[in-house]
Amino acid sequence: MGISFFTPLSWNDTGFILTGVLNTIYISVLAIVVGTFLGLIVGFLRAEANKFVNVLMGGVLDVLRSVPLIIQLILFSTYIGAMGHPIDPFVAGSIVLSLYTMAFMGEVFRGGFESVDKHMVIASRSLGMTYWHTLRYIRLPIGMRAVFPSWLGVALSVIKDSALVSVIGYMELLRTSEQLISRTQQPLEILIGVGIFYFIISYPLSLYGKYMERKMAI
Amino acid sequence: MDYVFHWNVVFNKLPQLLSGAFVTLHVSVLSMLIGIAIAVVLAIGKMSDSKVISIIPTIWVEVARNTPALFQIYMAYFGLGAFGIHLSPYVAVLSALIFVNAGYLTETFRGGFQSIPKTQYSASKSLGMTSVQVYRYIILPQMFRRIYHPLTNQFVWSILMSSLGILVGMNELSGETQRLQSLSFRTLEFFIVAAVMYFIITKFVLLSTSLVAKRIFKGDI
Repeated sequence: MGISFFTPLSWNDTGFILTGVLNTIYISVLAIVVGTFLGLIVGFLRAEANKFVNVLMGGVLDVLRSVPLIIQLILFSTYIGAMGHPIDPFVAGSIVLSLYTMAFMGEVFRGGFESVDKHMVIASRSLGMTYWHTLRYIRLPIGMRAVFPSWLGVALSVIKDSALVSVIGYMELLRTSEQLISRTQQPLEILIGVGIFYFIISYPLSLYGKYMERKMAI
Repeated sequence: MDYVFHWNVVFNKLPQLLSGAFVTLHVSVLSMLIGIAIAVVLAIGKMSDSKVISIIPTIWVEVARNTPALFQIYMAYFGLGAFGIHLSPYVAVLSALIFVNAGYLTETFRGGFQSIPKTQYSASKSLGMTSVQVYRYIILPQMFRRIYHPLTNQFVWSILMSSLGILVGMNELSGETQRLQSLSFRTLEFFIVAAVMYFIITKFVLLSTSLVAKRIFKGDI
């Protein structure tokens, strides 16, 4: 019992694991980039829109945030399949993950836009800047800097949540490790390796986020 | 669109789904309660001056925060098997959720505790209060007010994350949905109903916690 030194794992499996690692990184980065972009638009619209539109958008985003990601993934890929257009797990996974990210990023950026002092906007308009100038040179830089630590927090959670895309068949890290486990029957060693991988990615970034938060607080 | 929805299949199985939802609530409430108890101990340990004591909570917190929840559930369900510990799906998911909740809540408690200025302690001491009174009437009520919102968030998060039980064959809402849809092949209908139920559960929890907050904090939160 316990960890044995004999293992059916060989160096030939490195390529297989590496595919999983790369796929995890690939889908997380894609979801973070797309989610940030969409979240920026959503956050801006929510900060600008009137109450009615806001409630409407809030309701839709609320659904994305209150239904477990795993159910969203299964539902989306099944729905697409049932409608007669089966798509690649990667495409389905990245669409769902991006929308999920968007829902959280939207709130973050909305907070960012609202954190910019109203008087600053009025002052810049009175200096002759147009609406878009104000947005580009005043509201975006100041607002986005303020929410950087929260943005990083959401991005980290997306990296961790990307593990769930394995349920619809995307070969990311956890799924490759699962297949190795079913071949080697050594769950502990492989899972610890997977855990270390996530930890190595996530921990330095979370430290950086904490550092930035402290730096901004002063 | 040539897909025909058969909602009757789902409605016939509604009692099973509801009992699944009950298990979901059950496991998340339990994981929160035990998680809070552990988190208090860990937070006290983390604030200790001794490096040896504070290292354990630090490792716990960082591992819980920096690895996916799915990984932790797999670890509890498959990983512990290497030590001859075979947990049932329910216990595996419960212990993984307790582990994560304790990790996240430790930081919450520590932050809440440190946000109360030390001077309040000495001020109430100088008014003639005993240590117990200081904590009972001054420190803990304020701290509770500050951590209330993070606590409810963590609770909602536990409800959502317990859905990962589907992957280890647990009988909570999503696992039950998975089992029922495999009997009837009405995947879409079953998962739509499950999604609606999750939405209702989380909204219900948020609504009731905010009502409770209004009542006990008298509006100023």
